[in-house]
Amino acid sequence: MKHTLRQVFESGKFVSGFAIFVAILLVVTIYPLLVPEPPLRIIGQGTFFEPGIYVNVYDSISAPHFTLNLDEAAERRIAGRLADRDRGAILTWLVGVGIPESEIDIANTEQLLDQWFSNFDPTVRIPGMTNADRNYYIRLNSSIQGLLSTEDVIIAHANEETASLEAAGTIRPSAYVNVGQIPNVRILPLGTDNFGRDVLTELVKATAVSLKIGFVAGIIATTIGLILGLVSGYVGGFVDDVLMFITNMFIVIPSFVLLILISFSISQEQRGAVTIAVVIGFTSWVWTARAVRSQVISLRNRDHVNLSKLSGHSIAHIIFRDILPYIASYVVMALILQISSAILAEAGLSILGLGPKTTEVPTLGLMMNWAMIYQAHILGKWWAYLPVIIVIALIAFSMNLMNTGLDQVFNPALRE
Amino acid sequence: MLDERKPCLRGRGLTKVFGLGRSKTVAVDHVDFDFKEGEVISIVGESGSGKTTLAKMLLGLINPTEGEIYFQGKRRDISSNRKRKAYWKQIQAIFQDPFASYNIFNKIDSVLLDCINMIGGKRLPHEKKVEMMAEACGFVNLKYEELTNKYPFELSGGQQQRLMLARVFILKPKILVADEPTSMIDACSRATILDMLMQLRSEGGMTPIFITHDIGLAYYVSDTVYIMEKGRFVESGSADDVILKPQEPYTKRLISDVPKIYEEWDLSTV
Amino acid sequence: MNRVILDVRGLTTKYITRYRENVYAVDGVSLQIEEGKSLGIAGESGCGKSTLALSLMGYYFPPLHYTSGEIIIDGINISKMKPDDVRKSILGREIAYIPQSAMNALNPTQRIINFVEDVVQAHDSSVSKKAIYEKAKELFESLGLPAEVLHKYPVELSGGMKQRTVIAISVLLLPQVLIADEPSSALDVTSQKMVIKMLRNLMEIGYIKAMIFITHELPLLYNVTDDIMVMYAGQIVEKASAHDAVFDPLHPYSKGLMGSIIVPEEGLRSTKLTAIPGVPPNLKNPPSGCRFAERCKYAKPECTVTAIPLREIGNGRAYRCIFPEDELRRMYAKEAAQHA
Repeated sequence: MKHTLRQVFESGKFVSGFAIFVAILLVVTIYPLLVPEPPLRIIGQGTFFEPGIYVNVYDSISAPHFTLNLDEAAERRIAGRLADRDRGAILTWLVGVGIPESEIDIANTEQLLDQWFSNFDPTVRIPGMTNADRNYYIRLNSSIQGLLSTEDVIIAHANEETASLEAAGTIRPSAYVNVGQIPNVRILPLGTDNFGRDVLTELVKATAVSLKIGFVAGIIATTIGLILGLVSGYVGGFVDDVLMFITNMFIVIPSFVLLILISFSISQEQRGAVTIAVVIGFTSWVWTARAVRSQVISLRNRDHVNLSKLSGHSIAHIIFRDILPYIASYVVMALILQISSAILAEAGLSILGLGPKTTEVPTLGLMMNWAMIYQAHILGKWWAYLPVIIVIALIAFSMNLMNTGLDQVFNPALRE
Repeated sequence: MLDERKPCLRGRGLTKVFGLGRSKTVAVDHVDFDFKEGEVISIVGESGSGKTTLAKMLLGLINPTEGEIYFQGKRRDISSNRKRKAYWKQIQAIFQDPFASYNIFNKIDSVLLDCINMIGGKRLPHEKKVEMMAEACGFVNLKYEELTNKYPFELSGGQQQRLMLARVFILKPKILVADEPTSMIDACSRATILDMLMQLRSEGGMTPIFITHDIGLAYYVSDTVYIMEKGRFVESGSADDVILKPQEPYTKRLISDVPKIYEEWDLSTV
Repeated sequence: MNRVILDVRGLTTKYITRYRENVYAVDGVSLQIEEGKSLGIAGESGCGKSTLALSLMGYYFPPLHYTSGEIIIDGINISKMKPDDVRKSILGREIAYIPQSAMNALNPTQRIINFVEDVVQAHDSSVSKKAIYEKAKELFESLGLPAEVLHKYPVELSGGMKQRTVIAISVLLLPQVLIADEPSSALDVTSQKMVIKMLRNLMEIGYIKAMIFITHELPLLYNVTDDIMVMYAGQIVEKASAHDAVFDPLHPYSKGLMGSIIVPEEGLRSTKLTAIPGVPPNLKNPPSGCRFAERCKYAKPECTVTAIPLREIGNGRAYRCIFPEDELRRMYAKEAAQHA
């Protein structure tokens, strides 16, 4: 046993897979301790906030201001504010007034603005330009001028009695606040989803739930498959015929269709994560049963089993002591694959809208479902689905890697 | 022919059929035999002759399709777990491949303790059990102190086969079915195993039944030889009669095909 | 003296285990086979006889590695050649090897003739399929194998037939030396006899010039080969003619081996089989003196001091023991008298 374990951990493939898997498990356990927030709390008003650091504006006004005289602050400000669309419009204008396109670099803000200021004239009419376009250019010009102005912004608040505005302070363009001194800063490494929920927190919880579904479903499937396979293989005869009849029936019915039908017939209120796991478990034991059965059949006529019989051992003793240990490695490998395929099955079901109910916990499949319904993929909101796909892929990859590693250890023919 | 020796195992019309319909194979075909207590019996046949199937039927590991086995004059009844266990106290086996005969997850002690439990020694004090195990190991020239806490696969093939005999020494069965006991081990260890087997026979009144393809071995060890071909006994009788004066063409061919060292080996017959 | 076909001098090869340990499975083996002669190699499992067979081909792949020594086949020193050259110009042409389970090496989805074509074309791609067929047919028929076999699939042939087919294919390119490692052990006695007859035929017709036959079954060896070499723990312990090796063995190990022969012949029941206690030494660190000493009942303290050389005593006989020839015979005779 010890020797086998050592061999298993000498296999590079297994160790890599195991490391990835343990890393996922660690994140899933440690993260909720650091961020004890309900994963489905809606924090953002609006959909799909980009990943980033969110600083409270109100707090930054009242926070101590520091003046930092930094060059290019103004230009950087414009560079940051000047959207791609505006830059494109400037390019169109400049080309319109006769500057060769090769001389214009819309990524170079400084040069672009120089060219703009020296060539923009609200009275010039470029052929083919509508009035609305002209107005847009005038607005654009004034907003750029505004950004470049060095005047202070006055902070005012309304006097309740007189309803007049009273200046409370001014903010110079060179004023800075220290983020550390602002009590309300929220980092959203993966932004928010369509409901305005923190994707990272949600993803961690979803991974945990999906792993749980995987484990529950995998253990159920493996247990059913193992018991049926052992009994059917060892006892043989009529019992084997009946059990194999049932198994073959399940093979003929595509299990995913069965899964969809069962999921569909359970009302949404009753579809918790565990229910879905049980449903997946009860529909995916078939191959384990067949594989275990064939292994047992090849084992039951071995001489060590005969010797055990001749030593007067009971059937239960023989199954558990003389057969099960021989197929244990095989069963562990089957379990790993079952877990990984159960996670994928849940994702598949949820994306069709047949997963667990949406108000309780997220799952990886549900997150994909939401991203799909709210068209994250069309809107280019990659943070709503890409991390989910990566996590699913990582889980499946790590498990398959562990499985291949085990296979190489237990199947000498595959050793290098 | 009158024989004063007691019958120990008798078979009448023993048949084993595997498969159904077109894939049906008759492995053992209406075989009759009378094995007497104390004599050394050999069942000789080539691969596929059904000798191993017959051995498994004798051991009660598989049920015959047809026919009866009589054990010590009475019809053998192994219909319940308890009766099977009682039968297996009387009949034991050694298998061909020692490396496949042991559960690789069990230590040597557990192999021997199983036997002590089987003969009703479950409640014996630990020291007594150790003493019994040491005695059994000593009989087969193994040192119990070196074996305890080891796994059978850490021993050589010959040692494992001797450990198998240590089991037999503890159990002291009436019949021992030895299915090719020496074909997988080296010639030098063969004599040791055979000597120990014969010693068990003379000390414990055990009846050994050799199942073998090696006609030389059968001739060397046995009193009575049965030649098996395609599930049937084609010739049987005392070893000297059958091997030195074979009557049946099959037996003659079998013997002529074995390489000899004193006589000329005639290669023209094939 | 006839032309020497195979000349092996001090061949040593080793296995490198997973834990980087060296196991010298063939340790300083020298042998010569003359044209028209066959050599048998006997010994217990693990004595290095199969490794010797593999090593003699000069084509090594891990975990087996060449260490030292020379193999000269028909004047060509193959131990200095590159593995690829050995594979292309030596294997099959100069030396052919038949492992125990050769018959299982046939591709079950190919007809025999396709396999034959592959073998021939791997060495010479210019030969036409028709020429190959004609040649194979002629060879098969001369060896008593029906030519129809060529059109069959391996599953349609019995075990003995498959083994004979593989042997016939292996001599297709007329190698000088054929090495057969337990070619008949997995077969029943009748098929075994046919295989042996065929091997003898190969020598008589002259398809091969010399043969090395490896088996643990001594009566078989006695009936097949001219000379017998007994191996123990990677070394040759005795070399003699087949008759001498069986009826007048010198080395105590050979003596024990010959004493364990069982043949269905008159007088067998009254003989006592010899048993050799103990197990062969671990070749990771073999004993410095005689490797058989710890199992030998005649061993003296001197046996374990230094390595024992192989002692040549003329007539092609040699043995590796500290005792002189006469003394060994005297000890054996005394023991036989005691037993009687």
